[in-house]
Parts: sequence; C-alpha cells; structure tokens
Amino acid sequence: MFFKVLYMETKDYLQDIREIKNMMSQSTQFISLSGLSGVLAGIYALIGAYMAGRILPQPEYRYFEPHNTQETVNSLILIAMALMVLSIGTAYIMTVRKAKRIGESIWNKSAKRLLVNFAIPLATGGIFSLLLLLQTDYKLIAPVTLIFYGLACVNASKYTLRDVRYLGLTMVVLGLISVAFPGYGLYFWAIGFGFCHILYGAVMHFKYDSK
Amino acid sequence: MKDILKNINKAFDHRIRLGMMSVLMVNENADFNTLKELLGATDGNLASHIKALELEQYIHVEKQFIARKPNTQYSITAKGRKAFQEHIEALEKLIPKG
Repeated sequence: MFFKVLYMETKDYLQDIREIKNMMSQSTQFISLSGLSGVLAGIYALIGAYMAGRILPQPEYRYFEPHNTQETVNSLILIAMALMVLSIGTAYIMTVRKAKRIGESIWNKSAKRLLVNFAIPLATGGIFSLLLLLQTDYKLIAPVTLIFYGLACVNASKYTLRDVRYLGLTMVVLGLISVAFPGYGLYFWAIGFGFCHILYGAVMHFKYDSK
Repeated sequence: MKDILKNINKAFDHRIRLGMMSVLMVNENADFNTLKELLGATDGNLASHIKALELEQYIHVEKQFIARKPNTQYSITAKGRKAFQEHIEALEKLIPKG
C-alpha cells in the first residue's frame, strides 16, 4: 500500500517536471537580437538606395524601368547583393556579441524557431523577386521585397522582442502603398529598409540594450 | 519519506502556478494575456492563482498603462526564484534515477 502511494506521487512529480521544462522552452524568447544592427542595416540601405539613385537615368529616379540597360540592372543587383551580405553579416556579429554579454546561447531553441519562422516568408519573397527579375518584370520587386520582409518579421516576432512585429507591419503597409505608385519603388524601399530599420533599431537599442 | 517531501512546496502544487513560475523563471516579465495564452487558463482562474503567488511574495506585480490601456506585468521575486529552485531540486530527488 505504501509503495503504491509512493509510486503514484512519483508519477505526478515527473509530470510536474515535464510541465516545467515545457513551459520554460515554450515561453523563452530570443532576446539577444541587437537593436544597433538594425540601425546599421538601415544606414547601409540608405547608402545603397542613394547609389542606386545615382546609377538610374536622371532625373526620373525610377528604378528598374524597362528602358534601363542590362548594365544598369546588373549594377542594381550588385548593390542589392552587397547590402544583403553586409546587413546579415552585421546582424550576426552584433547578435552573437549581445548574446555573449547577456549570457544567452546563440543557437538555442528559441533562436532556431526565430530563424525558421523568419526564413519561410523571406525565402518565398526572395524566390518571388528572382522570378520577377528573370521575367524582366521589375516594377513589383520593391513592393514584393517590402511585403515579404514585413511578413517575415511579423511571423518571427512571436519568438523575439515584440517591436519586431510593428516593424513588420509598417513594412507590409509601405509595400502595399508602393504598389499604387509604380516607379517610385526606390523611395518606398529607402523609407522601409532605411528609415524604418533605423527607427525601430534605435527604439530597441534604447529600450533593451542600453540598460 | 517525510524528509524527502519537506521541500515540496505546496504553493506550487497546481499546474497553473507551476507553469506561471516556470515562465517567469526564464523571462524578465510577462503580462496577463501572455500568461493566459501560454497556460491555457481562464481570466478568473489565472487571477486567483496570481493572487496566491503574490501573497506568498513569489511574484511581483507591476501595473502600468500602455496607450491608456491597463497593462499588468508580472515578474519573479528573489524569494520566488529561491523557493522554485528548491522545489525543482526536491522534485528531482523524488524521481527514481535512470
């Protein structure tokens, strides 16, 4: 009889420990995301947008128009690639540094979940843009990159700092508006990837990093 | 047998309270809706368990306003952290090894 009671209780406590582990991993957010890397990515984007504006035939500033030469298009793709590598590289380095500082492991369960949920909409948008590029249908590329990047942020925001959600929603709205203004994609792109990154990056930096 | 059970804390003897403490152990703070969502509790149910933990001084309640809407943040106290750690250690001792 005594053993039976002991056995029952042991079983219960095992369940308790399972519950504790489950709750801990489910609720953990990846908080090492660096705000400053957002600001830097925004600055890179603005520089890139400025360079793109210089390459495009003056004074129209219209990006990726059919009358652009293949050479112009190639330069634009080169700028975009450089921006992507620089931004991802900076974000990675600064997030690793912050994770070390606050003692969070960089490759924990929440980081993995964050990355997977961010990557699914982002990769979809990336492939979509490449297909548009191949069909020389350029005018939707700025809206598509803005909208899918925004959706990626919204999707990933469950697993990290909540501010990422608002960054994402802003991007989606900007992307949708830019569809209505074909030819002005570069402006919306600069506002979204440039100013919004700087703004939200700064907010996150002062809210969490400078404590 | 009595000895082993000494550190089992009765305050954590409920799924909701256990879950709430687990969440607050690994997060700086959490608001009411986040807890509700994670624990699958109703408003009244969660509120009563929060009250119980607050009375034990295991959690700290901070009321604030975000965009004029009331928003209450909960965080774990040093006392709560210590009590919960002891509780987990006591649980571990009760589980047969292997």
